[in-house]
This record gives sequence, C-alpha cells and structure tokens, in this order.
Amino acid sequence: MATQGVERTGVQPPVARSAGGGRKPTDAGTFTPYLFMAPYLVLFVVFVLVPAVFGIWISLHNWDYLLPGKPWVGLENYLDLFTPNSANSTPFWNSMEATAKFTLFSVPPLVVIPLLVALILNQSFRGRNFFRAVYFAPYVLGVAVIGILWRFILDPNNGLLNYYLGALGLPDSIPWTTSLPWGWVALVGPTVWWTMGFNAVIYLTGLQDVDPALYDAAKVDGANRWQRFRHVTVPGLRPVFLFVVTTTILASANVFGQSYIITQGAPGNETRVAIWYIAQEGLRSFNMGSAAAMSYVLALALALVSLANFALLRYKED
Amino acid sequence: MGKRSRQIRRLTRQEFLLMSAGAGAGLALAGCGGGSQNNPAVQGQGGSGGGGTEYTGPTVELAFWNGFTGGDGPFMRELVDQFSSEHENIQVSMSTQEWADYYESVPAAVRGGEGPDVGIMHSDQLGTNAARGVILPLDTVAESLGLEESDFAPEVWNAGIYNGQRFGIPLDMHPLALYYNKSLLEDAGLDPNSPPTNRDDYEAALEELKSSGIQGSWVSPFPFTGTLQFESLLWQFGGDLYDEETSKATFNSDAGVEALTWMVDLVQNDYSPRDVAQDAEFIAFQNGENAFHWNGIWQINAFKEVSDLDWGVAPLPRIGSEDAVWSGSHNFVIMQTSDQNRIDASQVFINWISQQSIEWARAGQIPARASVRESQEFADLQEQSTIAEQVPYVRFVPAVPGIGDVQPESFDQAVNEAVLLQKEPKTALDEAAQRADQILEENREKYEA
Repeated sequence: MATQGVERTGVQPPVARSAGGGRKPTDAGTFTPYLFMAPYLVLFVVFVLVPAVFGIWISLHNWDYLLPGKPWVGLENYLDLFTPNSANSTPFWNSMEATAKFTLFSVPPLVVIPLLVALILNQSFRGRNFFRAVYFAPYVLGVAVIGILWRFILDPNNGLLNYYLGALGLPDSIPWTTSLPWGWVALVGPTVWWTMGFNAVIYLTGLQDVDPALYDAAKVDGANRWQRFRHVTVPGLRPVFLFVVTTTILASANVFGQSYIITQGAPGNETRVAIWYIAQEGLRSFNMGSAAAMSYVLALALALVSLANFALLRYKED
Repeated sequence: MGKRSRQIRRLTRQEFLLMSAGAGAGLALAGCGGGSQNNPAVQGQGGSGGGGTEYTGPTVELAFWNGFTGGDGPFMRELVDQFSSEHENIQVSMSTQEWADYYESVPAAVRGGEGPDVGIMHSDQLGTNAARGVILPLDTVAESLGLEESDFAPEVWNAGIYNGQRFGIPLDMHPLALYYNKSLLEDAGLDPNSPPTNRDDYEAALEELKSSGIQGSWVSPFPFTGTLQFESLLWQFGGDLYDEETSKATFNSDAGVEALTWMVDLVQNDYSPRDVAQDAEFIAFQNGENAFHWNGIWQINAFKEVSDLDWGVAPLPRIGSEDAVWSGSHNFVIMQTSDQNRIDASQVFINWISQQSIEWARAGQIPARASVRESQEFADLQEQSTIAEQVPYVRFVPAVPGIGDVQPESFDQAVNEAVLLQKEPKTALDEAAQRADQILEENREKYEA
C-alpha cells in the first residue's frame, strides 16, 4: 500500500532520503499488519480466547470458585448431559428445546418483516426519516425495560391487552404469560417489535447498494414490480440475507431476558431458555463446571447451525 | 437479545472513591484471603476493641449491602444515617440490590476485594455462604454483644449455626400472614372484623364471596406467593420439606399432596382465577378484587399506602391439622476480611442497629429479640403484633449449604405446574422430589469435598 501511494503521488517521503537512519518503507511490512491488528487482538485474546480456553479447563472439574476443593472429573460434566435422568440432563435439554423453539418462531418474522419495512422505508415519501427513526427506536431500549413493559401489557389478569380485547367483545382472559402456546406469542411478539429495526436498517443499506441501473434495465425488458423484486432485489440482497439470517439466529439463540421477565419460564419450565438455565447453574448454584460444559454444548450447536446456514446461503458467484 | 440488564444499585463512584480513600487500601487487600473457612484474626479477637459496643480506632468507612428494595429500604437507610451521624469514626454507606442479584454478586465482590463489610443474609443462605468462605464466624461477636439464645426464637437462633460456629446475628422474622379486604367481606355478608381461622370457616367464607361475585382467594403459581403458601400448608398438614438430615426431599408426602391439592382446588372451585400472573393476586387485592391474600408481613406498609383499601391482617387460618406458617429471617453477617478495625467497627454497627429493632419493626418486620417483641412499643404496632402471634409456630427452610439451589429446581416448579393445571399435584411433586434428591446429593458431595 505504502509503495503504491508513493508511486502515485510521485512524492518521496522524507524517511527514504535519510539513508541508513530508518527502515525503508517496504521493510515496515513485517510488523505493520500485526500492529494494526494489535488493539483488537489484545481484546480478543484477553476477553474471548483466554476465557474460552479457561472455560474448557473449568468444565473438566467440579468448579466452585470459592471452595478450596475443585475436584477433576474429566468429561463427567459432558457425559452427564447425555445420560438420561442425570441431575442436569432433563432440565438442560428442556431449556435447549425452549431456545430452539424460540429461535424457530422468532427468526422467520425477524427476517421477513424488517425486509417489508425496509422496502417501504426505501421509497421516497414525506416523513421518511421520521418513520425510519420510529421503527428503529425500540431497539435502543434495554431488555429489562421492554420486558417489564410487555409484562404489564400482557398480564392475563390485569393487563392492557386483555382489557382492550374485552372492550372489543373478544375473549378477555387469554393467559398470555402463563400458558402455551400463548407464552411463545408473548416472547416472540415483543422481540420482533423490539429488534426488527436493527434488521430493517441492515436491509435498507443493502437496498441502497443495489445498482439502480439494474432496475432500469429490468423495466426496459418489461419486468413488473414483483419480477423486479424477485429477480433484481432478492439476488442483490443475497449477502445481506446471509448476514441477517446468521446474526438473527445467533441473537435469538442467546435469548434470556424476555423469558426471565415476561413469562418467568412458566408454565413449569416450558419457556425457560438455555442461557437462563446455564446462568442459574453457574452463577446461582455455583456449579461452574457443569455450567461451562453446557455452554460448550450450546456453542457447538450454534456453530453447526451457522455452518448449515452458510452452506445453504453461500454466495455462489465466485 | 442476550443483553442482560441487572437491577443493581452499585456503589456510586463517589461512594466508592470515598471508601477507598478514607480507609486506605485495607479493604482491597483484605479480600484476597477468600476461601478459608476460619479466619484466625477473628477467632482470637475476643479481648480487643471495645467489646462490640465501642470503637476507638481510626475512622473507617463501612460498606453495608442488602436487598431491601421494598418499603423496608428507606427505614434501614434512615437507621444507617442516624448511626453515621452518632458515630464520628464510623461512616456507613448502604447499597441495595435485588436479593437474587445480591446473593450472586456478594461472593464475587468479597473474593475480588470489593465486597461490603457488613451485609444482611436470610437464614437459609447462611450455611451456603459460611461453607463458601464468604462470611466470618461471629461467635465472639455474639458473645461480646451479650446475645443469648434465650432472647431469640430458637429456630432463628439455631439457623445461624454452621459446623458448630455462629455466622449470623438474627435481626428479624418475617412470616406469611392473611390479609383480608374488609369491604368485600362486608358486602358478602361476612363479619369484616373476624376473618376465618380454620378450614371450614375459610371455605364457607369463599363460598359466600363467590355468590356475591368475588373470587376470594387468588392462588399464585409463582414462588411469591404461591410457594410460600404451599410451604405453610405443607407444614400445617404435618409434612416437612426434607427429612431430618436434609438429605432427602419429603415434600411429596401425603401432607404435601394434600396441601397442593387444596391450592389447586381453590382454582378448580373458582375461588381463584386460572393463570394468575406474577403479582396479579397482590394487585387484585389492592384493587378490591381479591378478598383473602396470603402474603408476607413486609407488605404492611405497601397496603397502608393504598387509599380506599379497607384491609386487616390476621394469622394464617389453620387449613391442615396443626398451626404452622412459613417465615424467613434476616441476619447480620460480617464479610471475610482480616482488617480488625473493620470487624470491630462492624460489630458496633450491628449491635446498634440490633438495639433499634423496634424502629426496624415499623418497616414491617418482627424483631428477632424476644425482649423487643414483648415491649409495649411493639404491642402498639397493631398489624405487626397481630402477625407476631404466629411466632410460637413459625417454620423456616433449613440452613444447610446449597439449600437455595433446591427450591427453584423442584417444588417451585411443582407448585407452578399444579396451580396452572398442567399436572396433577402428586405427579408434579413426585417429579420435583426426584430432582430435589439429585441436587441434595450433588450438594453433599460438593460441600463435603
């Protein structure tokens, strides 16, 4: 890069003249990339790599950081998870199932609805920027805020929603937060409302990157609205889809606050999600070994899902 | 979406700076020794300092953490401020966070050297925190403060002992009670001044209320207040949560099934709506839609603030074969440290607050000290002293290490599933008991290792 710049401008940098003093610009290559990467690399090593490796070490012990004895148990924490009726297997897999269901129910609307929103917001009309801000606004709220807000709205006995349903002559005692399948509606609905703005913004940028000339060409060829969407917009958004689908799956699989606050896991354990159970096992019951093992099983599952996702949506052009 | 915000009121920056500046690095250094159960510095300190009533050392800033997020918080804060203004060389700053977060963060903070000096813990948390080396043994403190067993309810006093040493200084008891809406009783043709005291009267009253269009006894499927109600009923029917050694769950006994079935029947018989949400029974009581509400003594001040609510409080009715009621107890603890000045100052603080426990009773608590309970001042607190009639038969969750892990994984869930009519009480309790046994077993291995 440096050499190119020099050639293009034709200006000799002062360093090159002071022969013998400093390095030549071309020599700087050895460490320069690492120096540029260093700030991120340091954070990555300290906050991701080291904890991740240390986590494996922890998962091989019965680990309570305050107890003097941290007995080595080998793979027992992992084997337990795959042994039916062991202490952790049933609740853990129940929570994994809850996470999987939430992901399954929340990803499609979070991929489709923001696209529709983005298509609308990509038109030019008065107040467009206002609406762009409005759709994005909920995303800036914390999960505790939206959780409590929706818990009040969805409360089966005293909630706003049932009150208005009743006022409209509809059933007014729907157990939104305490019974299934309503519980899933109570988790997915607020999540879509809360986070769709983020995906919409990503789509919007993607839409603006599609070459307008392609639309013009399609029009000349007599393509209608739907055909233009199907054959110009969708292929143009392919890399954006991959990004949106991947990040949305990962974000949904990391769900915690909504089920902790809105449904509180009810009924029974049906909506208690994996991250919640792992946090409870590790941070409330102080069984960090088995909690770490569970985290790795969850991480592995997510890695597999992401790989499948990449394989399906791979950008085939080159 | 995985973002997790925690409702912690941490030390403010200023408080933290003051604390570290004022006290030097003592606190930071002191915390490094975590893990050891017995701190020699404390064991041998009997004669030093002012014997727990006086502190003459250099000025210290004590951090006092607790979970008084409700109406009780301001009362404690006032006591703390008063203490600080009366003691030149001891300044106390109080921080409050949700109990669940508190029990999660205190051990880590103490270990990291940024923990509090003094804290409050429930009796059933003492064993866990003693075993994990978070809190210090307080035998000498209890001795130098002149605390004696005879001054305390025996169950509260004994809950503070782990491995033969005392770890908590009891402050109060907070049992469940029966709150009732006088206007609703009157409307249904019942005597608003004599709430039911036994099963027949309670059920008869519910029938009367039902015919006047009121679902009279809302049942919560959540720990607050559903599990508290279940525990009380279990003991009333002659059962217990665990066996004598706390090694096996017994809450799925016939007594447990009877207790939970009675709760479910309230729903089946339409005395309670189905699918009661978190706090809905409490809100319904405030709104005059729920006549009888089983809740803790700590709600007294909350209900006092509701205008137009004509309410009273009484001991729980005896639904089973004997009198019994769930209760918790707050205890003072001193966190692991080797700084003798801090320990001495903490003792003075604990002793002082303990003597003001009549003020604390106003916050909606029953003082742990018999001498205060028997005082005229306490008798004048009408609601508190009515609830205190239950003291002879209050029951507590045992204080063995790790016991807090069992409930949320076992009978909390059984109560939830049964009250939401997802499972039969017996099935739910049997499954929960099996899970509880596994956790008890795990805990035994863990804490005896």
